[in-house]
Formats: sequence, C-alpha cells, structure tokens
Amino acid sequence: MIDISESVMQILLALIVVGPLIGAAAALLPAPPGLKGKSPEQAVLRHGVTVTGVVLIAAIVLALGFDHDHPSKMQATTDISWIPALDVRIHLGVDGISLPLLVLTALLTFLCALYSYFKMPAGPTPKAFVALLLVLESGTLATFAVLDLLLFFLAFETVLVPMYFLIARWGGAQRQAAAWKFILFTLLGSVVMLLGLLLIGIKAGTFDMVALATDNGRSLSTSVQVTAVLAIGIGLAVKTPMWPLHSWLPDAHTAAPTVGSVLLAGVMLKMGTYGFVRILLPVTPDGFRTFAPYLAAFAVVGIIYGSLACLALAKRGAKGDLKRLIAYSSVGHMGFVLLGISTMDATGVNGALFANIAHGLITGLLFFLVGALKDRTGTTDLDTLAEESGAALYGKAPRLGGLLAFAAVASLGLPGLAGFWGEMLAMFGAFEPAAGLNRSAYLTFMTIAAFGTLLTAAYMLIVVRRVCMGATPRETPELLDVQTYEFAAWTPLVALTVVAGLWPRALLGLTDPAVQQLLAGGTR
Amino acid sequence: MSSLVQSVDWLAIAPPTLAAVVGLVVLVADLFIGDTRKAVLGWTSVAGLAASALLLLPLRGGDRATFCLTGATDTCSYVADGFTLVVQLLVLGGALLVALLSVTALKDADRELPEGEYWFLLLSSAAGAALLPASRDLATLIVALEVASLPAFALVGIKRGDKKSSEAALKFFLSSVTATAVSLMGVSFVYATTGTLYLTRIADGIQHVDGQFHTLAQTGVVLTLVGFAFKTAAVPFHFWVPDTYVGAPLPIAAYLSVVGKAVGFSGLVLVTVVALPSYADVWGPALAALAALTMTIGNVGALRQRSTRAYSAVRLLAWSSVGQAGYLLVPIAAAAYSDDAQQAIGSTLAYALMYAAVNLGAFAVAALVARRSPLNRISDYRGLYAESPLSALVLGFFLLCLAGLPPGVIGLFAKVTVFSAAVDAGLGWLAVVMAVNVVIALFYYLQWTALLFRAPEGEPGTHRAPAPLTAAIVLTAALGVVLSGAPQLILRFSETVLF
Repeated sequence: MIDISESVMQILLALIVVGPLIGAAAALLPAPPGLKGKSPEQAVLRHGVTVTGVVLIAAIVLALGFDHDHPSKMQATTDISWIPALDVRIHLGVDGISLPLLVLTALLTFLCALYSYFKMPAGPTPKAFVALLLVLESGTLATFAVLDLLLFFLAFETVLVPMYFLIARWGGAQRQAAAWKFILFTLLGSVVMLLGLLLIGIKAGTFDMVALATDNGRSLSTSVQVTAVLAIGIGLAVKTPMWPLHSWLPDAHTAAPTVGSVLLAGVMLKMGTYGFVRILLPVTPDGFRTFAPYLAAFAVVGIIYGSLACLALAKRGAKGDLKRLIAYSSVGHMGFVLLGISTMDATGVNGALFANIAHGLITGLLFFLVGALKDRTGTTDLDTLAEESGAALYGKAPRLGGLLAFAAVASLGLPGLAGFWGEMLAMFGAFEPAAGLNRSAYLTFMTIAAFGTLLTAAYMLIVVRRVCMGATPRETPELLDVQTYEFAAWTPLVALTVVAGLWPRALLGLTDPAVQQLLAGGTR
Repeated sequence: MSSLVQSVDWLAIAPPTLAAVVGLVVLVADLFIGDTRKAVLGWTSVAGLAASALLLLPLRGGDRATFCLTGATDTCSYVADGFTLVVQLLVLGGALLVALLSVTALKDADRELPEGEYWFLLLSSAAGAALLPASRDLATLIVALEVASLPAFALVGIKRGDKKSSEAALKFFLSSVTATAVSLMGVSFVYATTGTLYLTRIADGIQHVDGQFHTLAQTGVVLTLVGFAFKTAAVPFHFWVPDTYVGAPLPIAAYLSVVGKAVGFSGLVLVTVVALPSYADVWGPALAALAALTMTIGNVGALRQRSTRAYSAVRLLAWSSVGQAGYLLVPIAAAAYSDDAQQAIGSTLAYALMYAAVNLGAFAVAALVARRSPLNRISDYRGLYAESPLSALVLGFFLLCLAGLPPGVIGLFAKVTVFSAAVDAGLGWLAVVMAVNVVIALFYYLQWTALLFRAPEGEPGTHRAPAPLTAAIVLTAALGVVLSGAPQLILRFSETVLF
C-alpha cells in the first residue's frame, strides 16, 4: 500500500523477530535512570508494553509496505548463512500466508502486555513474566517468519520453555501437572517432527523451504515423503492439536493465566496448522495426499468430539469449567482448519487460513472475557457462576455480558462475523477436494462437519443463556463492568472480528494467490 | 644405513608431553614448598594445562606424524591430525577447567587432601588422555588408556579416611581393570590374526584373514571394544558411575564425566573407524544397541533420583552423563552404515565439545552450591535465583543446553547433528529411541531448572564465590553463549577432514 524500500522491509522483519528477544534480555536488567517509573514492577510491565508496542507498529508498517499486488511473492527476505555445517541459513521472509499470522501474533501479544500492565496475574515477579512473554513472542513470530526447516524447528522449540513457566508459575489450580503435560506432549511431538525435517533435508539436500516448495517434492521419493509426512504431521498435530493428541490442551488452558490462554489459543496453536500449510503441502505433496483422508477423518472426529465435550461441560450440574469448555471448543475449531488443509484444494486451504485468524481473534477475546469474569467472581465454574437460574451477566454487568455474547456468537460462526467464512470455506473445499482424493469420503466428512456446526451453536447458546441471562436477585451486588483498560485490550479484537466478517476479501485476497502458488509448486 | 635413533617431531607431541612434565615438576616441587604456599602448585598446574592447550595452535594444520616405521612413513604411532587435535583440545581444556575447580576444592579441604600428589595425578591422567587420541597402534592405545585411568583411580580415592571415597575407588579400580584385561585379550586376538599392531595395517590385514581365524578376529573386535565402552560408561559397563562420582571429590567427578568419556569414545572411534572399518557389520549393530541401551538406562536412572537424597545433584549428573554417553555413541554407530564415516565422527566430536563445556559448567555451579550445602541435594538448589541470580541463570542455561532446548541453542543443534547422522545412516529406529530419550531427559533437567527459580525456603544467605570457581563458571558460560550464537564453531568438525 505504501512504498517502502526492500532493505527497510528486511530490517523491519528482522526487528520483529529479534526485537522481543533483546527486550526480554533488557527486562531482566534493572531499569535505567529516567525509566524507573513508580516501582520496579511498574517499570518492567511498562517495558513489556513498549517493546510489544514497537513490534506491533513494525508489523503494521510491514503489512502496509507489503506488496499487496503480489502476495504470493516472498517479501522482505533476508538470507544469510548461519551454520554451514548443517546447511542452516537465516532465511526470513513473509508472503500472504504468513503476514496475517505475524500481525495477529504481534497484536495479541501487545494486547496481553497491555492487559497485564493493569492486571498482573498473581505469581512471582513481573520481571520474569515480561521476559518470558517476550521470548514467547519472539519464538512465535520467528516460526511464521523463517524459511528454513531447522530454523523453523528452533523457533518451534523456543516457545516451550517460556510457556511452561508461564503456566507453572502464574497459573491457577493444577498448574504444575498441566504445565508438565503441555511441555512433554509438545516436545515429544516436535522431536519426532525434527526427524521428519531431517529426513527431508538430507534426502533433498537442502533445508530451505522456498527451494523445497519450488521443487514440490520432485526430488523426494514417495516412501520418503510418506515417512516424513507421518513424522512431521505428528509433531504439528500435537501442537494444533488434532484429536486424539489434544489431551494436553484443556488442562493447559484451564491452568494457564489469562494472557497465557490467550496466547496459547490465539497464536501458538496456529504454529501447528501453519506448519501443515507451509511445509507439508508444498514440500511433500505425494506423502500428504496419502494421509489427507486420515487427517480429514481425525479432523471431523475432533469437531464432533470437541462439540460433544463442550455440550457435556455446559450441562447443568456437570461442574464444567468455562476455560476448559473454550479449550474443547478450540479442538473443534482447529478441526475445521485441519479439514480445510486436508482437502489440498485452494478453497479449503484458504478457508483453513481464514479460520486460523478468526479463531485467534475470537478465542483470544473469549479467554480475555472469561479471565475478566474470573477476576470478578473468583471462579470459572459454570455451575457456581450460574447457580439456579443463570449468572445474569446482562443485568449485573451489561457490557461484559454483551461482549461475551458477541464472542460466543462469533465463535459459533454467525454469518457476518469472522468465524463464519473460514469454516464455510473449509467445508466448501471438502465438497470438492483436490484431484486424487476420494470425493465421497470428503462428502461424508463435510456432512459430519456441518453437523458439528450445529452442535457448536447449541453449546455456545447454552453458555450464553447460563452466563449472561437469568433473573437478577435484588440483594446480589453489581459486578464491576468493563474497565477502560479492558476496553482498550478488547476493542481491537471485536473490531477485527467484525471487519473480517464483513470484508473477508481483505484476508482472502492476501492468502489466495499465495495458496494457489503453494499448491502449484511453491513460493517464488 | 639409516640411523637407529628416530627423529622425533617434538612439537607434535608437545601437548601431552608438557602436561606430563609439569606433573612431574609439581610432584618434585611439592617436597620443597612449605605448607603455607601450596597454592603455587595449583596455579603452576593450571598454567601448565593452559600452555599445553595453547601448544595445539601451531599444530592447526593437522598433518604431523611421528614415531613412524622406518621405511614406511605412512605408518606411525603418533599422529596429530584433525581428530587428534579436537580431542586433545577437549581433554586439555576440560582438564584446565577441572583444575580451576580443584584449586578451590583443595583450598576448602584445608590440607585434608595431599596437594602435590593431587596435581601430579591429575596432570598425568590428562597427559594420558591427550596421548590417547593421537595413538595409532594398539600398544600405544592401551598404554595411553592406562596412563589416563590409573591416576584416576587414585584421584577418586584421594579423600583420606573417607570410607565412601575408598570404596568408590576400589569399585572403580576393580571394574576398570577387568575391562582393560578383557580389552587386552581382544587386542591379542586381533594381533594374532593380523600380525600387526598398527591401526592402518590392521585395517588392511584383517580383510585377508584366513577363514579359520574369522571367529577369532570377530571375538577380538568385540573384546577390544569392551575396554573403551567401559570408559565411556556405556551400559552395561555403567554401574560404577554413580557411586564413583559421589565418592570422588567433586572436581574429579567432573573430570571423569568429561575427560574420562572423551578417552572412551576416542578410543572407540580409533578402534572401529580407523582400524576395523571392514568389520562395520560387527561393531555397527553392537554400538547402535549399546547406544540405545545406554541412553535409555542412563536417563531412566536420572529420572529416578529423588531430590531430597544426599548428593542427589551429583547422582543426577552422573546418571545423566551415562545418558549423554549414549548420544555420543549414536554417530559412531552411524559411521558403520554411512558412506561418509568422517562426517558422523565429526558429529560425535561436536556433541562432545558442547557436552564438555556445559557439563563442566554445571559441575562448577554444583561445586559452588556444595560450599554452602555440603550434602549437595537437588532440593538445596531451590531458590538459588534469589540467592545468586547469575549462577542460577547460568545453571539453568547449562541444564537446558544439556536438554537441548532453547535458549540452549548449542545443545539443540548438537542434538540435531547427532540426529542427522542417525537419519543419514538410515538408523531410523535409533533416532526414534533417542527422540524419546530427549523427552525423558527434559523432564529431569527442566525439573531442576524450575527448582532454581522457586521461592527459597529459608532466608537467602549471601556467599562470595571464590575467584577460580567464578573463572570456571564464567568461562563455560561464555563458551555456551558464544557457541549458541555461532554453532558453526564446533559443528564445522562434521564437515572437515578428520583423519
């Protein structure tokens, strides 16, 4: 949109990846004179807001400077040799697929830092909190920006330790067990993924994603591709998470502090699906075609399973936890994303990428809202909240109730909001999957997925009814309604949900050419 | 007529020789130095080790050889090639760091330990360990192995009047001597079938062994490997490790975990890759199985350590070093299957260098904590961050390097090279076993790391860290950080010509 020279774009992208790391190191040092603030705690939290803010601005400028006429072209590329022995290159770049995810990550992390500035989660010093948050941001951004398989693995691993500590130190009940489950599951997956990445790199002679994508699997025999897809797919599927490898997610979400949940659902799950699109689809098409129907089957099982689990949790007397419920709903939503990817068809993959972003916005918002609810009422247990008649949020805190209803409705895929397009397109892709895939199987998957949307609507509406509606007894105290800082943190998410819902072209225009290119034989 | 006196390339053999000479000087000087000035001995030894490490610099070219057969200049007993130099750097650098730890340990022991003997033994063992990778005939190899090991037995048992120390030394001694004896028998079998002790000649000769002697040669190969597998602490030759580490003075445990292992794996490499490449179908599967067993049993052993048991920190490091030995063996096993054995061996070297730096660093911090809590339980590390933030951060970094997770980037990439050697050689199953082990290892490493940053139980006290200990910690931490930024520095060994 605006013309920025290539070298500035390179610097911007490098800043986006490295900036948070430097910020994390700086957070551990004592504040310099003049920036001491009211207290050391306040100073370091403000530091977090500043750094994530700068990164967000850089990401927005990058998005503005991005050549929107050629989103399939890798832009702002840097390519420096780092470890010649392993053939690892610092190869960075963005295209229409990674740009939205990059901006989403920068945005959500900034909102989390802003939210924490006013509402620091209970736990040890904010110093470590900010440092870990920034390392997490760096790892996530790097995952979306790197174009080298081993660097991708490095970035993928970088997020593990910070997230472990965020859950284990600043989390709620059962946090230790949940944090362990999170890190051991994901590490097991990612080490297996490493084996697959190495197999590709060794057999093809390069770790460069662009070169590999352009090659489109021609230099890899089918058996190598099948093995590699299996290994890499397991690693990515754990992260996504795909049923039945999802069991770490509900625990991690339930125990994580609010910002941890927001980042986990909002951006970290996307690292898995992004890997499917960026690596498996273009690099190992034959291998992926072998597994695509299975992936689709697991995806729809996930959709139905997630919805049923949510329905069970939403029932009266089930002692369902709201955070756990949203976590299960994530399993369902990510099922749609996986279904879209498994079609190997431009429509489906576009839908998947759209659903990715939409899920990041909506679920991020939902976790923020539930976190706020927990701060006010001290619980996320649905039964405790709703008691006999319902929590009556509309009466006690109308704005909070309204926002929660908005997020729930967006999550169930109401047309006109972000949640709709991605899932619609994913199913549409399943209606006509790529050549070579069994169409009747995909038609069945599509039907089941459509049924899943009904279930999703059902549990989301039950949640709204139980939390937002109900009679307000006179003697109960009013709940604190939405505060200014909360408005500041949530408004961007609400606005983007509406914009993406009403103007999907903004996003699809970016992803579609890139996806076409990717399916046809790599990025250029 | 050629001269009977061999011309010796003194520069080539300078590194191990200097270490040995300084050892003797220290032993003699001990007689003439008063009790109050014993520290001079320590600093002399540190300087000696540093100097012998520096003497590797002029050898960089990596093309020197000496003690060659008259008439056949390509058959030498001592070769200073790329492989030798890297292992010597590891051994001498490791010994230097151990010496820094020892300076403090001896000072704290307050003349409980005999200083002159201690330094003499340490330097002799280091000299033997530095000689070993350069030896290219079986006799020199065994002699070097013994020169490296015998002083180590004495060092383990050097705590006078400490029952645990003597018991550890005896255990170590008996099992080690048995292993060496078995090894010698293997050597004799190999000699019997090939008629030569030179590794390169064995490589040729063993291909033309008479059919009748085939079994003998194979038995010889396997038996020879036993002695080195023992030094590497590969399962099932690992049982001496935990008790020996606990019984020995802490710097000696660190020494065994790094230099002892270097001795073992460089011997294995020489015997397998240099001497017996044609028997790859015998030692390849054997080493692969050994690697899988070693890492699994080591990691499970480490996992079982209870954090409140006495000396559990050292025990955990001991078991984890067994696990790490398993990773070191993977590329050697892969060399049997790969077309490019050198590349695989280079991965082992890169991994060993990474491991040496961070493991010695972890031991250095452990030595620091041991000054405060002599029982050295893992639970004593709780809240270390509150007490001394830098050493906690550094220890956390070392542990994550050992686990192979960012921010320990070098640990991650060292593991990646090992994995890639295995995948390259088609040892998929071994790579998967290793993958599972990496996850198991993460559990205990991260558990320890997490403990460092918990709220301390009591009031945090402040302790001044002695200068030599600080130097060792700073040195290893700087190495770890620099290597994390530029892993190429050590990973390049996987693509250079080693032999």
